[in-house]
Amino acid sequence: MGIDNIWVFAQAANGEPTTGTLELITKARELGATVTAFLGGDAGPIAGALGEHGAAKVYATGDLGGSLPGVAVAAAMQAVIDGGDSPDLIMFPQSYEGRDVMSRLSVKLDRTVLTNSTEVAVDGDSVTVTTPVFGGTKLVNSTFSGERPFLAAFRPKSFAAEPSGGGAAEVADAPVPDLGAAGAAAVTAVHVEETTGPKLDEAAVVVSGGRGLGEATNFEMIETLASLLKGAPGATRAIVDAGWVPYSLQVGQTGKVVKPTVYVAAGISGATQHMVGMKGSKNIIAINKDAEAPIFGVADLGIVGDVHKVLPKLIEALQSRG
Amino acid sequence: MHVIVCVKQIPDPALPGELDPATNTLKREGKLILDESDGYGVEMALQLVTAAGGGEVSLVSMAPNDEVSGLRTALAMGAAKAVLVSDPALSGADALTTAKVLGAATKKLDDADLILAGTESSDGYTGTVPEQLAEVLGLPSVTFAKTVEVADGALKVDRQTEAGYDEVSCPLPAVVSVTAGVVEPRYPSFKGIMAAKSKPVETVTLGDLGIDAVSWAQQIVSVDDAPEREAGEVIEDDGEAFGKIVEFLDNLKVI
Ligand SMILES: Cc1cc2nc3c(=O)[nH]c(=O)nc-3n(C[C@H](O)[C@H](O)[C@H](O)COP(=O)(O)OP(=O)(O)OC[C@H]3O[C@@H](n4cnc5c(N)ncnc54)[C@H](O)[C@@H]3O)c2cc1C
Ligand SMILES: Nc1ncnc2c1ncn2[C@@H]1O[C@H](COP(=O)(O)O)[C@@H](O)[C@H]1O
Repeated sequence: MGIDNIWVFAQAANGEPTTGTLELITKARELGATVTAFLGGDAGPIAGALGEHGAAKVYATGDLGGSLPGVAVAAAMQAVIDGGDSPDLIMFPQSYEGRDVMSRLSVKLDRTVLTNSTEVAVDGDSVTVTTPVFGGTKLVNSTFSGERPFLAAFRPKSFAAEPSGGGAAEVADAPVPDLGAAGAAAVTAVHVEETTGPKLDEAAVVVSGGRGLGEATNFEMIETLASLLKGAPGATRAIVDAGWVPYSLQVGQTGKVVKPTVYVAAGISGATQHMVGMKGSKNIIAINKDAEAPIFGVADLGIVGDVHKVLPKLIEALQSRG
Repeated sequence: MHVIVCVKQIPDPALPGELDPATNTLKREGKLILDESDGYGVEMALQLVTAAGGGEVSLVSMAPNDEVSGLRTALAMGAAKAVLVSDPALSGADALTTAKVLGAATKKLDDADLILAGTESSDGYTGTVPEQLAEVLGLPSVTFAKTVEVADGALKVDRQTEAGYDEVSCPLPAVVSVTAGVVEPRYPSFKGIMAAKSKPVETVTLGDLGIDAVSWAQQIVSVDDAPEREAGEVIEDDGEAFGKIVEFLDNLKVI
């Protein structure tokens, strides 16, 4: 048997596959399987990029017409599986859409799900996934038993996306069957938050602020510093929940995973849920007035000091360098 | 309006987590508290019932032991009653089993207009249980809700997305998972805490729900220590520490 046939739940934004999608396709290809992407939407614009990273085929539902992807794509997947093309493993990005599709499918197929994984290994017929727990200090290795397909979700940036030079993926239709009552939710309007500068999860420098900034207006220091370093501003959940900054800036378990060259944490304690989103940064600078703050445990340069004193001086020094 | 809220009871997250050496699953013994992630669902439910001009908030929870401390907190906030599924066979249960069990537990209560859950629990954080529950019950669902309104028997939800948010409409009954920070959970009043002591909590076993056996198709095979990140230099700010940062950035050639 082996693990010969792997599906990847694919997502696209602005006419391109998301980085998370390409990461999983690359990994699936490295596992030596035939890789099929499964997309809720039209495959035309992205079949090239999917193929280039190793997908031989892409199933596409066509326009979802306002249906939420979870229930719609899961039903389309089930229809293909019932039709006889059944994969050994389906890999999902641990994103909103990924989670929803995987959840619906797990009930439809009566399969367990393994989530938040960062590694996968295949040995003959068995698939082992690795999941960090306790803020990433322990790694739990789990295997699937029971029937295939196995369903697993992976955290962003667990694998590197690398092209293999393949031609465009063959496109196959996977229409959404009638969803009945379960499909009754409908998107009526889409709002995209304006962002300028590099994207948080792709920037080479990320400057994040936390509750230690004291109040919302002080986040301006974070924005100024980020722009001086040509980086992106980030935040902890504490200040997102407090309404200081939008959720799109959140770094951590429930926010973005970042791996920049430099991560600056200002007024951030270093809760495990924040650290899982930034511990992979190449260099970490932390500024916190509490010498005992856990963030110092991962910092390459730690400054025990007051952000209201250190940040303005740092900004001034960088400005004067021009 | 009748709203059922899924509330998880978890070990105090302030205490260090531990794995059971025999099974390698998370230890969930002793006192359990209301998962902070579910305080938002409880608050949202109470507000929606008030806005609807009347009704009731009920709770469902699954735990491997008979603990009710977390449920009492939610009852003290204003929920009316609770069903707790407690069975040793559920120790280490996976998300799919949890969703099936919670689905069966909702049948012990009057039909719900709306079922609320958190987007992810603090100790399990699979983030799959609410959507699995919706599929188990054959209901529509909206996950990652930032705001929830009910008007003319339908939901209007602002749903968090990676890029911003979507406006979603959905007929009732439905399952909705709410993000943290959507509402400010109230502190139970003294009166609420006293009243909660006599509110009904029905504790049921799997057998009572008509479920004969549970199993899950995943095994933990081993647990490793993750490679540790070495801490670097930590210095006390003497007014000049900013210079150290400039130097550090300079060495990395990012400025
Ligand atoms: C299920 C779940 C998911 C979560 N997901 C996330 C997530 O994705 N991302 C996330 O960030 N959090 C997440 N959290 C929340 C997390 O547990 C912490 O509560 C949060 O990260 C704390 O944010 P903070 O560091 O800004 O605030 P605090 O923990 O309050 O820390 C503030 C720090 O600022 C320091 N400080 C205060 N004043 C100053 C000053 N003048 N100068 C310098 N330092 C100062 C203090 O010493 C302190 O260390 C999650 C929690 C749960 C339960
Ligand atoms: N054992 C449980 N009892 C009650 N609700 C639960 C349980 N497990 C998960 N949930 C609900 O599902 C949400 C998401 O949990 P999870 O899928 O574990 O991240 C939680 O916030 C709860 O609302």
